Amino acid sequence: MSVHSYSEPKSKAQLESPAVRKTPTGIASFDLIARGGLPEGRTTLISGTAGSGKTVFAMQFLAAGIAVMGEPGVFVTFEESAADIRANMHSFGWELEQWEREGKLVFVDASPDPAVETIESGPFDLGALLARVENAMKRVGAKRVAVDSLSSVFAQFADQSIIRRELFRIAWALKTAGMTSILTAERLEEYGAVARFGVEEFIADNVMVLRNGLEDENRRRTIEIIKFRGTDHQKGEVPFTIVSGEGLVVLPLSAMQLKQKSSEVRIKSGNEELDLMCGGGFFRDSVILASGATGTGKTLLVTEFLRGGAEAGERSLLVAFEESRDQLFRNAIGWGVDFEKMEREGKLRLICDYPEVNGLEDWLLVIQREVAAFKPTRLALDSLSALERVGSIKAFREFVIGLTSFVKHKEITGLMTSTTATLMGGASITEGHISTLTDSIILLRYVEMFGEMKRGVTVLKMRGSPHDKGIREFTIDREGMHVRESFKNVTGILAGTPVHLSPGDIERVWTQLDNDSDGN
Amino acid sequence: MTGATPRTQLAVANLRRICEAELANECDLEIIDVLEHPQVAEDQRILATPTLVKHLPPPLRRVIGDLSDRDKVLFGLELLPSDQSRGGRT
Repeated sequence: MSVHSYSEPKSKAQLESPAVRKTPTGIASFDLIARGGLPEGRTTLISGTAGSGKTVFAMQFLAAGIAVMGEPGVFVTFEESAADIRANMHSFGWELEQWEREGKLVFVDASPDPAVETIESGPFDLGALLARVENAMKRVGAKRVAVDSLSSVFAQFADQSIIRRELFRIAWALKTAGMTSILTAERLEEYGAVARFGVEEFIADNVMVLRNGLEDENRRRTIEIIKFRGTDHQKGEVPFTIVSGEGLVVLPLSAMQLKQKSSEVRIKSGNEELDLMCGGGFFRDSVILASGATGTGKTLLVTEFLRGGAEAGERSLLVAFEESRDQLFRNAIGWGVDFEKMEREGKLRLICDYPEVNGLEDWLLVIQREVAAFKPTRLALDSLSALERVGSIKAFREFVIGLTSFVKHKEITGLMTSTTATLMGGASITEGHISTLTDSIILLRYVEMFGEMKRGVTVLKMRGSPHDKGIREFTIDREGMHVRESFKNVTGILAGTPVHLSPGDIERVWTQLDNDSDGN
Repeated sequence: MTGATPRTQLAVANLRRICEAELANECDLEIIDVLEHPQVAEDQRILATPTLVKHLPPPLRRVIGDLSDRDKVLFGLELLPSDQSRGGRT
C-alpha cells in the first residue's frame, strides 16, 4: 500500500477569479464566526430541525440589513403566513410593519392557502413565484432575500422533480440579481442528512446548520458553518442563544483569545496580607479561582476583593448564585464592609439570582451585557460551581472559557469561587475542568489542630509571579480576614489529613532537603 | 402564465378546447401574463405557471400545469365531464 499526499495545484481560473467578498450581516456576533459576514451575492442554506431558530435567523438577517446596514430586503415565506410572521417576530423589537410602509421590507407570501384547492394537470413551473419575487426586489431595491423554507415548497406540490428544478432556477435568479440570500431548510435529526429532501444543500453555495440538541436535560443551541465556498470561516459548533428584543446572539468562545494583552499592573486584592502572599497583588487582567469547602471564607474573600475595588475608586460587578441580596449585605456588614453604601456610590452592582433561571449561554450574555453597561474593573462570581448543574460538563467548560477570555479581553480582574465537595481537602469538578484556564488559584482549607478547626489559605498558582508557597493560617473577625503565620508543624493539609509533626521531625526533614539540594 | 412559451400556448389551446367541448363556450376567459402584471399573481397568491383559476361559479378552484389531462381539469374545476352529464346524472 502506498500513501499519496499531494496538494491540488490551483487552476488558472481559480487564481484569476476575484476573491469571494463578504458582506457584514449586521449581526455582530455572527459576523465574528463568519469572519466578516456572508459571501456577498451568493445563496446560503441554513438548515435545522423544527424550533432551531431558522425563521428567526432569516428574519434577523433582513432586519439587521435594514436597521444596521441600510439594505432593503425581501422575505419569501412558504410556511407561515406573512401575518403570522409579523406577529411571531414582534417580541424581537423589529419594526417590520414600519419598514414595510417605508418600502424597506416586503413579504412575498407563498404560504399555502387552505381556502383554495389546487389540482395539478401536466407540467408547470414556478414562473409566477419568480415574477413576484423579482417584482418585490425591484419595488424596494433589495440587496437581501430570505426564503423560508425550501423544504416546505416540496410539501405544496405533488411533482417533486419539478420543484427540484424550479428551486435551482430561483436560486440562480437570486444570484444573477446580485442578492445575498438566506435559504432555510428543514432537517429531521440533529446529526444526519443536511436537509430533509436531500437536494437543498446543493441548491445553495454555502451551508450552515442550526442545532437545538438535548444534553443532560438541558437545551443547547449551536450554529455551525459547514461550507463557505471559496472563503474561510470558524469551524465547529458555536453556541448561541435567542434573546427577546434582539434575536439570535452567537457566543464565540475563542474568537478574542489570541488578542489578549497580558498586563503587568497589579491591583489590591482588598487584603494586604494576601497581596503579600501573591507577590504584590493580583494582575489587572487575570482570572483568580478561590476554592474551598463551604464556610472556609470564599464569600469573605469576594467581599474583601470588592472592598479593595471601592477603596481604589473602582467599580465592581458581583454575580451571586448562592446567597440572597439581604444575606450578602448582612454578612458584609459583619466583616465591616457596607455594600449598600458602595451600591449607592455607584461602586458596586449586584446580580443575585438562581443559576437555573438561565442557560449557561444566557448567563454569559447577561454578564457581558452588565459589564458593557456598568463598565466595572472587577468581576466576582460566587460561586462558579453553582453553575455546574445548569448545563453539561462540556457546556460548562465552554462557559468558563468564554467568561475568562471575555474578562481578559476587557482587562477586568475576575475572581471566581468554587465549592469543594468534601469539607476536608478534595477538589471540585469545577477545578478539574477549569484550573488550567485560570491564572491564579487560591485554596482555602479547614485544618484540624488539637480538637480545634482552624482555617488555612495558600496560593497554589500565580501565573507570571513569585508567590508565598506556605500554607498560612487565617482568622476572621469584624474587620474581615487576617492572614497569620504558616502552619509550620502540620503536614497533609491539602490532602485533608493533617498530621502534626514535632519540631525535631521538621528539623530533620529540612536538613535532609538541604543535603539533597547541595548534592545536586 | 409567463410569456409566450410553448407550454403557455399549449395550456391556452387545451383550455379553449375544453371550453368549446364541455362548456359550449359559455365562459369568460382572461389570460394574464404575470411577467407584465406580477401584482396580479401577488394579489391572488399564485406560485405556479400556468395556473387556471375558476372564479365563478363558486367555489374558487385552481388547476396548474399545461391542462393536458382533461378529466383532471374538469375534476379540479368541479365541472363534470359532458359524457357523464349525458348519462343522465344532472
